[in-house]
Amino acid sequence: MKMQYLRNVVSLRLDSEKCIGCGRCLEVCPHGVFVLAKGKSRIVDRDACMECGACALNCPVDALDVESGVGCAVGLLNTALGREGTCCGEKRACCCSE
Amino acid sequence: MLTPGGLETTAGPLVRVPTRWTWRDYLGAMAMRWGIGRDRYTVPPGLYAVGTPGEASPLVATANYKLSFDHLRRALAGLDAWVMVLDTKGINVWCAAGKGTFGTEEVVRRLAAVAAGRAVKHSTLILPQLGGPGVSAHEVRRQSGFKVVYGPVRAADLPAFLRAGMRATPAMRRVTFTLRERLAVVPVEAVQRFVPALVTMLLFFLAAGIGRNGYRVAMEQWPSLAVAVWANFLAGVVLTPMLLPALPGRAFAVKGAAMGLLTGVALWWLGAYRPVEGAAVALLSIAVCSFLGLMFTGCTPYTSPSGVRREMPWALRLQIAGAVAGLALWFVARFV
Repeated sequence: MKMQYLRNVVSLRLDSEKCIGCGRCLEVCPHGVFVLAKGKSRIVDRDACMECGACALNCPVDALDVESGVGCAVGLLNTALGREGTCCGEKRACCCSE
Repeated sequence: MLTPGGLETTAGPLVRVPTRWTWRDYLGAMAMRWGIGRDRYTVPPGLYAVGTPGEASPLVATANYKLSFDHLRRALAGLDAWVMVLDTKGINVWCAAGKGTFGTEEVVRRLAAVAAGRAVKHSTLILPQLGGPGVSAHEVRRQSGFKVVYGPVRAADLPAFLRAGMRATPAMRRVTFTLRERLAVVPVEAVQRFVPALVTMLLFFLAAGIGRNGYRVAMEQWPSLAVAVWANFLAGVVLTPMLLPALPGRAFAVKGAAMGLLTGVALWWLGAYRPVEGAAVALLSIAVCSFLGLMFTGCTPYTSPSGVRREMPWALRLQIAGAVAGLALWFVARFV
């Protein structure tokens, strides 16, 4: 079953003018957000984006932009409270056991 | 773990790693499920041989978390390949990529350190797809000359990926969150929530003495209090992840609250509480399970930070309000 998180909240942006259709974003995206059509990448499932940032980092022409991070309430709460670190801290990773 | 059988290769003498897991590897994997000794479960970074790799054999990178390494070497059974282990401080590929330790800089540095250019002639480096959030493929190429190809999400798909000429099927590119995968993250969560649950139970035991009946009657309430606390533990930590897709709503606070409502109603029904007490138990269950649901966002592979930021402020307010109201009712029930 496909898991779906909140609608219309993701910060992902694609600049089609810049896109050269190399397909790197399709390769790295773990949620099938993009398809290649007419030599350009296109966002087809925006709400599936988890903002991991892989597409933007791997886009050779800077056509993608996303405020990347980890979707973890513990981490965001820690940040809000001015405590150290993201979700897991450097060593002890809460859910990073896989 | 690593058999010392040194192997003479084009990259010099290397350790050849077995592709079969021993009982120690299974035991280690089990310990990791429970979060035991995770900080020390590492492999020394460097280059390793699987089978008898030559100049044309694939070069595959992974993290130096031993479980990541173990999954990779097991997947490569029967193949000849080079395995380059990056220094990710013992963290798995995806989490390390998120932190940037599985990153462009480390890939470039490690390629040079292990003289990968002497080992292979093809200049192609296969990275796990989930290394993507940390690595910029075109930057690696610019800085090292190695062309990055992203392999499948799961190491087990590597043989099929290689057979297909380094092409992944759409399914190989997708992260899933199956029941099995959801259950896999439960033990670590359970271990983390155990002490808070225990403390909560003891505080309720102490507080139960407050009221017109004092501690003589309070002791009689301890079993039902214990049941209520551990029912919520079970619901919030085990059942919410298990039933995640079936729970209503998209927000995790809502999914958790639904689980809490179910738990509260069940407790009320089983415990034959008086209305004030029953309402208190239901409110507290909803608040607690909703909070645990929100906390579970960090364990899922599909929640975005923007999404969590959107649901967290209103969810936390309602959870606190629910908990305060529930506690107030519970104390009122001590006196009526």
